Amino acid sequence: METKNLTCIGCPMGCALTVTYEPGNRDSVKVTGNTCKKGELYAIDEVTNPTRIVTGTIRVSNRKNLVASVKTASVIPKSKIFDVAHELMNISVEAPAKIGDVVVKDICGTGSDLVITRNVE
Amino acid sequence: MNTKIAIIGGGPAGLAAAVSAYDAGVKDLLILERDDKLGGILNQCIHNGFGLHTFKEELTGPEYAERFIEKVRERGIESLLKTIVVDISKETDGLVVTAMSAEKGMFEIHAQSVILAMGCRERPRGALNTPGYRPAGIYSAGTAQRYVNIEGKMPGKEVVILGSGDIGLIMARRMTLEGAHVKAVAELMPYSGGLKRNIVQCLDDFGIPLKLSTTVTDIKGKDRVESVTLSKVDAKNQPIPGTEEEIPCDTLLLSCGLLPENELSGMLGVELSPVTGGATVDESLETSVPGVFACGNVLHVHDLVDYVSGEASEAGKHAAEYVLKSTPGTSETPIRLETGNGVRYTVPSFVRPSRLEQLLTVRFRVGNVYKNPEICVYLGDKCLQRRKKQICAPGEMEQVIIKKTDIETMAPGETIRIAIETE
Amino acid sequence: MKRDVVIIGAGVVGSSIARELSRYDLGITVLEKASDVCEGTSKANSGIVHAGFDAVPGTLKARFNIAGSHMMEALSRELDFPYKRNGSLVLCFSESDLPKLEELKKRGETNGVEGVTILTGDEVRAKEPAISDEVVAALFAPTGAIVCPFGLTIAMAENAAVNGAEFRFNEAVTAIEKTGEGFKVTTQTDIYECKAVINAAGVYADTVHNMVCDDKLSITARKGEYCLYDKKVGGTVSSTIFQLPGAYGKGVLVTPTVHGNLLLGPTATDTLDKEEVNTTADGLNTLQATAGKSIKAVPYKSVITSFAGLRAHEEGGDFIVGESSVKGFFDAAGIESPGLSAAPAIGEFLAREVALSLEAVRKTDFIAKRKGIPNVALASKEERDRLIKENPMYANVICRCELVTEGEIVDAIKRPVGATTLDGVKRRTRAGMGRCQAGFCSPKTLEILARELGKDITEITKHGAGSEFLTGHKGL
Repeated sequence: METKNLTCIGCPMGCALTVTYEPGNRDSVKVTGNTCKKGELYAIDEVTNPTRIVTGTIRVSNRKNLVASVKTASVIPKSKIFDVAHELMNISVEAPAKIGDVVVKDICGTGSDLVITRNVE
Repeated sequence: MNTKIAIIGGGPAGLAAAVSAYDAGVKDLLILERDDKLGGILNQCIHNGFGLHTFKEELTGPEYAERFIEKVRERGIESLLKTIVVDISKETDGLVVTAMSAEKGMFEIHAQSVILAMGCRERPRGALNTPGYRPAGIYSAGTAQRYVNIEGKMPGKEVVILGSGDIGLIMARRMTLEGAHVKAVAELMPYSGGLKRNIVQCLDDFGIPLKLSTTVTDIKGKDRVESVTLSKVDAKNQPIPGTEEEIPCDTLLLSCGLLPENELSGMLGVELSPVTGGATVDESLETSVPGVFACGNVLHVHDLVDYVSGEASEAGKHAAEYVLKSTPGTSETPIRLETGNGVRYTVPSFVRPSRLEQLLTVRFRVGNVYKNPEICVYLGDKCLQRRKKQICAPGEMEQVIIKKTDIETMAPGETIRIAIETE
Repeated sequence: MKRDVVIIGAGVVGSSIARELSRYDLGITVLEKASDVCEGTSKANSGIVHAGFDAVPGTLKARFNIAGSHMMEALSRELDFPYKRNGSLVLCFSESDLPKLEELKKRGETNGVEGVTILTGDEVRAKEPAISDEVVAALFAPTGAIVCPFGLTIAMAENAAVNGAEFRFNEAVTAIEKTGEGFKVTTQTDIYECKAVINAAGVYADTVHNMVCDDKLSITARKGEYCLYDKKVGGTVSSTIFQLPGAYGKGVLVTPTVHGNLLLGPTATDTLDKEEVNTTADGLNTLQATAGKSIKAVPYKSVITSFAGLRAHEEGGDFIVGESSVKGFFDAAGIESPGLSAAPAIGEFLAREVALSLEAVRKTDFIAKRKGIPNVALASKEERDRLIKENPMYANVICRCELVTEGEIVDAIKRPVGATTLDGVKRRTRAGMGRCQAGFCSPKTLEILARELGKDITEITKHGAGSEFLTGHKGL
């Protein structure tokens, strides 16, 4: 069994959650310290399959003093945040580009596409 | 130039106000924006988390802005970019907005109504009166955000952040993902003003320490920042001698509060609230100057852009009513809203019941963290509402909704009071 | 490199000497260790033109103060820098100090200060309603004035440059050698052979003097901390408000600045480090508390910045101005308060001395007049229209607080002795001096500097090498 301390992000209460769990076994998760159901669900996700959206910027190959903003189109495993962040340093896009354009499909094997989030004229 | 409604600022507030004024029947509108594109500060807020209330999905700032820009475009609402408003004044039957742009030079716009939607700015180091040297490497978090997210420039490598408002937290993550080392986030108060989600996902995810009841008491470095000294503070926010910790770094980011940008409103003679720094407004978000409305962060600093859009839509609608002369008479004495225990301010500051449709929305902020409080609404001495909450915190805007029919029962001279009560 | 005259230091004194000396047919080089003019004491002081009642009669301080004060108004018109005669008051807080006030008045009269009178407490408050009720009387000097210290220094330097003086920045003098014909002045990058050297090195004037002269000088850096307040409280007082002087100089003053802010300061603490321009919690608290004696309420919440400057205090207590024990080596040393007021007179005096010594002749083509950078914020509507028609960049506002346009910033960079740093732009145009303290405009100003100077944006500094703003960038 492992134990983790988390802060619930469900509301400004920010309940201090203590989670005990057997890695890989979703049914084993026990949560204490939460004051509502949201806290329990958050904690279970957070210890079994934590995910995040990653946002950032990439070069625009034909514009000065301007970068394009991007995001992963869906959540990716938390453990892949830095892989994606590093990959963004190597990617560029050519202007014009518009919101929703896919720059990289399945970035870093996350299953999520990297898309433009700000129109670049 | 002539227009019915001039909207000062093309950020989230200005855009939403324009759309709703148009939809309320005033097609002759003009948005004045100093930047080279619409969207305002949202353009540099490239993180996600916007729009859950308005669009029921999580968008990034620029995506959220684009939804409104699209609505403005569909309606053919005119906007002037790279145009700065330098003055607003009254004339016999309306208002004159004086603006400047490279394209048009100095020019005047005669409008029947003006919507103030200029947003806010950051409190700089100078206003904090932080002692120390004044080298390069000290930035407000929003300035750093612009460098990183718009221009792709890095303002530093080894970073300390003062202030744990959302912009400070967001920038801690951004700087980290761009390769910088964020050494600490210091917060003067014993609690963070930022969203819990941001504390977890911007600091905890990256092991960045949040130091509460802590402030910057010295900045060293003659040319570029070389170190920042953090000290613990006592209950009166005064630094405690002996608690100093000097952290070597080349950058200090400041996220120490936002101030409504009301220079133009002041020139126009709009009455400003000493608490918010924004205009005092009535139920229609009309300021002390007839025909001048205010919304968004220039009125009071919001925590969520969805609330800005909502408030701005109301302002736009009321401005349209003003222009179309459908506003009911204003001879009645307005009812004042008072701040009771724990409440720092309310928007609006007063209400004219006859102008209300059905409901009055009162937005406010509390001055402290309250666990298990009740938000109470008093009409005169009578307690009208009592709503239990798990928590109220200064970082989160609160609101109560009061029925017009209840307000109409009030005796002359009575006031509406919002208060926080705890056991 | 052979020059007639080398001036060491491009502060207000060095620039003023350069300007006056450029009236003569001489090859002049000004050496400055910083990246710009006005980087030392000249950039961090009270911005006051003292009427001249404070200096002890017969001293050089008294002489050059009075002369400088007389010159300043005409000079401000000739060289186009902000100046305002706002009058000054010295507050007296107790009946028992009245004799000291009388003494100050007599001293003023002896020094030749015009119109000094003593006002009762009520008369003071009728004139300045914000003055504390504790004030029992005050000395009023109608000739007291305020000036923009940057404007004055930059105007002098620009005008000197237009008249042929050469300014070399980032060059600190490391050695001076007396030679048969004159001097050999060594910097990290060059050697200058010249007939005369003028030492206007501010807090380092002792080091420079002592390279050449046997009679040694000793200068202490005396730190003064200041708080600057928002223009919305700039009208708190209209005159410059002093307190009766104590042992450590003029005490803490409360004054409007010539740009309409409110300024409180300075403190006075001696420091061993001649670069120690940091502010301290103690200093800022003390100065606001001390100023609080003069006015009914200090507008604490309206502070927009604080800063510190170092005054060059020479042991002897007076200015040292003139030829030293070594022929051809001239000093302008120990120029502490009232140095800003005195600078034009010191410049005029030393230029004449040097010219006499070198038997220099006056130029016939000296250009005495200078027109400053257009000020869009203060321009009339017609003037703005004209400027914008001439150059649309005058309508592109970069600094929203002070309403400074791209046109003005480009001017500041392109003029003689132009700005190369963000601070340089700020001192020439006020971009970044407003209530947001450059939060909004600095990214744009950096871009303009990089574009106009043909540099990469990461090379742009606050005030010279080592003070770069950006540490790297993605892409172009």
